[in-house]
Amino acid sequence: MSEWVSELDAAGLHTPVGPVDATHGILLYLEDVSVSFDGFKAIDKLSLYIGDGELRCIIGPNGAGKTTMMDIITGKTKPNSGRVFFGQTIDLLKLDEPAIARIGIGRKFQKPTVIEPLTVLENLELAMSGAKRLRGLLSTRLSGEERDRIGAVLERIGLSEHGGRRAGILAHGQKQWLEIGMLLMQEPRLLLVDEPVAGMTPAEMERTAELLRSLAGAHSVVVVEHDMGFVRSIADRVTVLHQGRVLAEGRLEELQVDPMVIEVYLGAGDAYH
Amino acid sequence: MRVPPWLLSDRAGLVLLAVLAVLGIGVPALNLLTPPDHPLHLTAYTVTLLGKYLCYALLAVSIDLVWGYMGILSLGHAAFFALGGYCFGMYLMRQIGTRGVYGDPVLPDFMVFLNWKELPWYWHGFDSFGFAALMVLVAPGLLAFVFGWFAFRSRVSGVYLSIITQALTYALMLAFFRNEMGFGGNNGLTDFKDVLGVPLHDDGTRVVLFVLSALTLAGGYLLCRWLVSTRMGRVLVAIRDSEDRARFLGYRVEQVKVLVFALSAMLAGVAGALYVPQVGIINPGEFAPLNSIEAVIWVAVGGRGTLIGAVIGAVLVNYAKTWLTGALPEVWLFALGGLFVAVTVLLPYGLIGLLRRKEKAA
Amino acid sequence: MVSRTSFRAGLAGFALLLLTLFAASSVRAADDDALRTLLTQLREADFTEKEALIETLVGMDHPRIAAILGALPESRLYYQEEGDRMVIAQSDDTEIAIEDAITGQPLGQVVKRDLDRIRVNNRLRSLIEDRLASLGLSSADPGKRRAAVDAFLRNPKPESVARLKARLEVEPDKKIQELLAAALALVDLASPEATVRAGAAKALGGWTQAEIRGPLLRVAAEDSDVTVREAAKTALAKTEFRLQMLGWAETLFFGLSLGSVLILAAIGLAVTFGVMGVINMAHGELMMLGAYTTWLTQQYLPVNWSLPVAVPLAFLATALVGIAIERGIIRFLYGRPLETLLATFGISLILQQAVRSIFSPLNRSVATPDWMSGTILLGPLEVTLNRLVIIGFCIAVFALLWLALQRTRLGLEVRAVAQNRAMARAMGVRSARVDALTFGLGSGIAGVAGVALSQLTNVGPNLGQNYIVDSFMVVVFGGVGNLWGTLVAGLSLGVANKVLEPWSGAVLAKILVLVFLILFIQKRPRGLFPQRGRAAEV
Repeated sequence: MSEWVSELDAAGLHTPVGPVDATHGILLYLEDVSVSFDGFKAIDKLSLYIGDGELRCIIGPNGAGKTTMMDIITGKTKPNSGRVFFGQTIDLLKLDEPAIARIGIGRKFQKPTVIEPLTVLENLELAMSGAKRLRGLLSTRLSGEERDRIGAVLERIGLSEHGGRRAGILAHGQKQWLEIGMLLMQEPRLLLVDEPVAGMTPAEMERTAELLRSLAGAHSVVVVEHDMGFVRSIADRVTVLHQGRVLAEGRLEELQVDPMVIEVYLGAGDAYH
Repeated sequence: MRVPPWLLSDRAGLVLLAVLAVLGIGVPALNLLTPPDHPLHLTAYTVTLLGKYLCYALLAVSIDLVWGYMGILSLGHAAFFALGGYCFGMYLMRQIGTRGVYGDPVLPDFMVFLNWKELPWYWHGFDSFGFAALMVLVAPGLLAFVFGWFAFRSRVSGVYLSIITQALTYALMLAFFRNEMGFGGNNGLTDFKDVLGVPLHDDGTRVVLFVLSALTLAGGYLLCRWLVSTRMGRVLVAIRDSEDRARFLGYRVEQVKVLVFALSAMLAGVAGALYVPQVGIINPGEFAPLNSIEAVIWVAVGGRGTLIGAVIGAVLVNYAKTWLTGALPEVWLFALGGLFVAVTVLLPYGLIGLLRRKEKAA
Repeated sequence: MVSRTSFRAGLAGFALLLLTLFAASSVRAADDDALRTLLTQLREADFTEKEALIETLVGMDHPRIAAILGALPESRLYYQEEGDRMVIAQSDDTEIAIEDAITGQPLGQVVKRDLDRIRVNNRLRSLIEDRLASLGLSSADPGKRRAAVDAFLRNPKPESVARLKARLEVEPDKKIQELLAAALALVDLASPEATVRAGAAKALGGWTQAEIRGPLLRVAAEDSDVTVREAAKTALAKTEFRLQMLGWAETLFFGLSLGSVLILAAIGLAVTFGVMGVINMAHGELMMLGAYTTWLTQQYLPVNWSLPVAVPLAFLATALVGIAIERGIIRFLYGRPLETLLATFGISLILQQAVRSIFSPLNRSVATPDWMSGTILLGPLEVTLNRLVIIGFCIAVFALLWLALQRTRLGLEVRAVAQNRAMARAMGVRSARVDALTFGLGSGIAGVAGVALSQLTNVGPNLGQNYIVDSFMVVVFGGVGNLWGTLVAGLSLGVANKVLEPWSGAVLAKILVLVFLILFIQKRPRGLFPQRGRAAEV
C-alpha cells in the first residue's frame, strides 16, 4: 500500500529524479543499445547523441529500427543491453512511460493520436503539465494562467479558431498539429515526432516544417520521416539507420552522395524520391 | 444554493433529478396516503418493484462509468453488487436474533443447521449497522482494487479483461454455493425480520427504502457526472480511446483505472445493499455471469458513456423483463437475446445516441 | 492400447465360436438327444442318483453344459410340462422369462406355477460348484479360466487346491499362471508351517485385490510368528505402493479425460477466437446443438449406429448455424470485439430459449452405445470405455483440424488472414469467404464436441453455459492463436483439476483452478505460448 502511495506521489510534477542536466550540450544519450525480438535484432548496438536544442532527422528503410528506437527512449520497450540517458544524470531505463513523459520527453505517434470526442481545448488541457496530480485532476475549472498557456499553444499550432471544435472533425493535418500542440503543453525538453507530414498537402507540409523549425532551440526535436523533400526543408543533421544501427550521419547533401547510403536506402527504389 | 456549471450544462441530468424528486415524493404519497381501493393507490409490491429498478439503475451507472468512459467492459459487476448485498444481508441476518427457526441468539439458522458452534470470524461486527454499511463499500471496493491492481498493472485489457472478470464472478458464484463458506450456501441469506429495529415488511419501511434508493441513485449519478466533468473525466476518455496517448502524456493509466474501477465497484455494492432488504433475499445466483452481462446490456440499450442512458436502459429493460416474464415467459430470453444483437449491430450508441441523432437532424 | 490379454481373449473366443459353428451342424442333433435323455433322468432321480448324473453331465461335450450346471444350484432349472422340455429361468419371480435348456432358445414369459423345479440339496450344490470351477479352469477361454481362479479367490476351498496345482503345470497364459500362483499362496497363508506362511506372504505382495490384501493384513497383524508378520508387512508395503501408483494412474486418466473434454470444448474457440479474434459467447450453445443432434439421430437410428452418423451431422448443422451467425451478425462487428462479445451472448440466449421451446426445458437422455459402455483393462488399470473413446476422439479431432489448417488451401488462407488481413486480401484471398468458412469450421468443431459431451453429461438447454468460462480459460491459458497451446492447456488444466479434487473437493478444485488462471493471465497476458511479432500487437 505504501509503495502505491509513494508511486502516486511520484505521479506528481515533482519527479524524484531531479532536473535535466544538459551542461555538456548533449540532451539524449543512446549508447550500445541492443534489443531483439525472438532472435531478430531490431536494434543492434545503436549509439546516438542528440544535442540540446538540436533538430535531428532520422531516416532509414522500413525495419531499420526507427520506431523501436522511439519505443526505447519513451520506455515502451526495454532494451536487452546498453545505456539510455536524458542529460547527464537521468537513467531513462529506470523509468516507465509516464515518468519519462513527465521529465520532459514528448512523443507524437505515426498515426495522429488525438482524443477525438474531446474538443481541441480539452485535448490541450489534458496534455498540460502540472495538472496530473489527483487534486488537479478533480478540478473542473482552469486558472487564468493555464488559460493563457493553452491560448499560446493554440496560436502556435494555428488552431486558435478551432478551440471549441471536436478534435475528431479536424482535418488530417490539423490533427497532426494538435498532437504537436499537445506535446508542447507538456513543456518537453525533447520532442520525438514520428512521420509528421504523412498524408499532408504541400501547403500543410510547409507550415509543419515552419512549426518544427521554430521549436528547435528551445527544445530538441527528433523527426522520423520518409519524405526527403521535407527532410531537406528542416534538418541540419540527418542520421541514417539501417538494420538497427547508425549507417551514416551528417548533412543531407553529404549523405545523398554517400555510396553506402545510396545502396541501402536511396537506391532502394522509387518509393523514397 | 448555487448550481455548479458542470451540472447546469447537463440537461438530461437535471431532468433525471427532477424525475427522481417527483418519484421520491409521489410514490410514498400514493402508497401511504391513498386507501387501498383508490385507483391511484400504489401497492407495496409496486413500491418495492420500483425500488428494485432504481437499484439496478445505480448498478448500470457504475458499469457505465468504467465501460462508457474508461472503456473497460466488466462482465463481473454483478459480483460487486452481490458482495454489497451479502454484506448488508449479513447485518439483516444478525438482526433476526432469537426469532430464527432454531432460536439461536447469535448463529443464523443455516449455521445451526450445519451444526456450527460459533460464528465464523468474518461474521463478527455485522450486528452493527455502521460496520455493515462500511463493509458494503469496503468489500466490493477492496476486491475491485486488488483485482484491478493485478489486472491493470500487467496491462490485461480488452476482451481478455472481460473474460477474466467473468471468471471472477463465476468463481465467486461457485464459492458462495458452498456451505462451508458460511454464507448460507445454495439458499443464501433470507428470512430477514427487521432493519434498525423497524420491521422490514411494514409499508413504511418499504417506502423509506424506496426513497433511500432514489436518493442514492441521485447521489451516485451526481458523483459520476461530477467525476466525468473534471479533468479526470477527460483522462478517462483518453484512456478509453488511446491508452498509449494517455500514458505518453504522463498519466499513470493503471492507477487511474484501478481507482475508478474500485469506485465503480463501491457504487455497485451500495446498489446491492439497497436491493437486498427490498427483495428480502440474497443468494449465490446473483453472482451468475448472466446477471453481469445483462446489466451491461442495460447500459448498451440506454447508450453508453452518457450515465443517463444507463439509468434509462436499466429501467426500461427491467420493466420489459417484469412484464414479459409475467405475460409471455418463453419470449423473454428471445427478446433479451434479440436486444443484445439489435443494440450492438443497429444501435451502437443506444437510445440516447438515437435521440441525439434525431436532434441533430431536426 | 487395449491390453494384450483381452485381445487374445477376444481372438480365442472368436475361434471357439467358429469351431462350435462347424461342429454343431452335424454332431449337434445327436448330442442334443443325449443331453435330453440325461436331463429327463435327472428330473426323476433321487439325490444320490443325481450325483452320478451330474458327473456324467460334466463329462459331456456340449455347449450348454455350463449354463445348465450354473442354473441347477440356483434352482433355476425347471421342467415345463406344456412343451415337455427342460427350461432355464432368468430369475426367481412369479412371472419369469425362460429359455430352452438344450438349445438356449428364448421361450418368452411364463408363470412360475406352471413349471416343475428340479430340486438340489446343499451337497449337490457344492459338488456342482466344484465341478463348474474345474470346468472353468480347463476352459479354452482365458477369460473363463481367469474367472474360475477369481471365484476360487473369493471362496478358497481346500479341495480345489489340487486342481489349481494341476492347472498351474499346464497353464499357457502367463498372467493366469501368476494369478494361479497367488491363489495357491493364499492357501499357503493358512499353513501351520511358519516358513511356508512367510513365503506365501512374500509371494502375495503387490496383489491389490481385497481377497488377497485382507488375509495379508490379518497375517501382518495377528500371526504368531514375527518373521511371518514382517514378511507380510513387506509384502503389504509393496501392495500399497502399487495401489498408490494405480491411484495416480487413475487420477491421470481422469485428468486426461477431463482435459480432452476441455480441449474439445475449447478447440473450436481456438479457431474463432485465436484465428479470427472473434469472441463467440454462443460457442457453448453450438456444442449444445451438437448434443441435441446426437439425441435426434438416436430417435431415428439404432443407438449403436447413431454416433458415427451424429458426428458429421452435428458438424454440418452447427457449421451452418455458425456461418449464418457470421454472415448475419458478426461481420458487421469486426474490429469491435466487445460488441461482438455482447451480440454473440445474445445469440446464445436465443439458442438456449429456442431449444427450450422446441424440445423441452428438461434434459434429454442420450443413450450410450454398447461399444462405448462398460470398462476395459488398460494394463492394470480398469477404465470406463466411454472416457477412453472420448480421449481418442479428441486426439482425432485435433489431428484433423491440424491437418486441415496445415495442409489445405482453406487452412493456408485462414492462416494468411489471421496473420495479416490486408496483405492476404491484396494477394487475392477472399477474406469475407475465409471469415465465414473459418467461423463455420470453429462452430462445426463445437458441434462435434457436443456429440462427445452428450455421452458424458446431461443434454439440456444449459449444457453450453457450463463450459463457456472453462473453454475461454483454456484458450487464453494456452495462448490465443496457438492450437498446441490449447492442447497443452486443456490437458494440464484437466489433470490439475483432478489432482486437486480428492484433496479439496470438486467445487473448490474448480475455484482454485480459476483463481490460478486469473493470476496467471495477469502474469502472462498472452498465455503459455504467446504469438510473437507485430501481428500479435493488434
